[in-house]
Amino acid sequence: MIRKLFYFSSPQNFYPLAGKLWPVFACLATALTVWGLWLGMFVAPTDVQQGEGYRIIYVHVPVSWMSMVIYLAMAFWALLGLTFNTRLSGMLTNALAPTGAIFAFLSLWTGALWGKPMWGTWWVWDARLTSELILFFLYLGFIALTSAIDDARRADKAGAILALVGALNVPVIYFSVKWWNTLHQGASVSLTKGSSMQQTMLEAMLIMAVAFWMYAIAMTLYRVRSIILIRERHSQWVADLPEVKALSLEART
Amino acid sequence: MIWSSFSDFWSMGGYGLYVWGSFGVTAALLAAEAFWIRRGRQNALNHVVAELQAADANGKDWR
Repeated sequence: MIRKLFYFSSPQNFYPLAGKLWPVFACLATALTVWGLWLGMFVAPTDVQQGEGYRIIYVHVPVSWMSMVIYLAMAFWALLGLTFNTRLSGMLTNALAPTGAIFAFLSLWTGALWGKPMWGTWWVWDARLTSELILFFLYLGFIALTSAIDDARRADKAGAILALVGALNVPVIYFSVKWWNTLHQGASVSLTKGSSMQQTMLEAMLIMAVAFWMYAIAMTLYRVRSIILIRERHSQWVADLPEVKALSLEART
Repeated sequence: MIWSSFSDFWSMGGYGLYVWGSFGVTAALLAAEAFWIRRGRQNALNHVVAELQAADANGKDWR
């Protein structure tokens, strides 16, 4: 097992593995989305308090969770990269960031569209919303910082430090509804107290959360392959790849 | 089935704009990302091949 981990921590070995795995995760994401949306939009009942407007929950909660999970995953790879100096860690951190930024944006967007009919406002500077906005800026900052530094290794180091320091914001987002008096409601699903939601609603939301998780993995695996190609372009194994050879032949003729 | 008609489904009990605005933008952004990463791979491959050919043309074996 440990030996396998070491084997796949080399970009050369991870590239074909990622190529085999991303379609699996993409298929899982599609199937789960169809299932989750069907359950959420056609089976789950109307909410007593919020009518049909509550159905935003099937995107809002999963994208918000994923925006935090992806940032924690970035911090994890950043820490691994800083301590063991593994090349793949920095590439994975980079591959995660754009998907995380999209999820953070979607969290704010769907939140605004939910806030308007329920609270009467698109936006308030409450602790939950503000800390999620900071998360979105952290993603943008990470992308800007790493792309501004030409040397890939130095970019990885700088990015890793930002990812680690920024990770302190994630628990702040999660617990903000407890620590402060926020307009944003408290958690409907909690690990300690269970759920206050109706069963079908809860199931649909959790299925959508897993679907977005699979989607994020598929995107990251696909994107990391491009990053590996660019960073390892001077090595022989890249020149020997069938897709590179095919394109070389095409370009020559 | 909880909906009586398509227009009933579409209006989402008066919350149509908000619900479909959320789902629509989410779907659009995820589709855009899928498109971006495909283009990213194409760019990466082109970049690699261009450098390989430039190296061949120079006759240098810098690999």
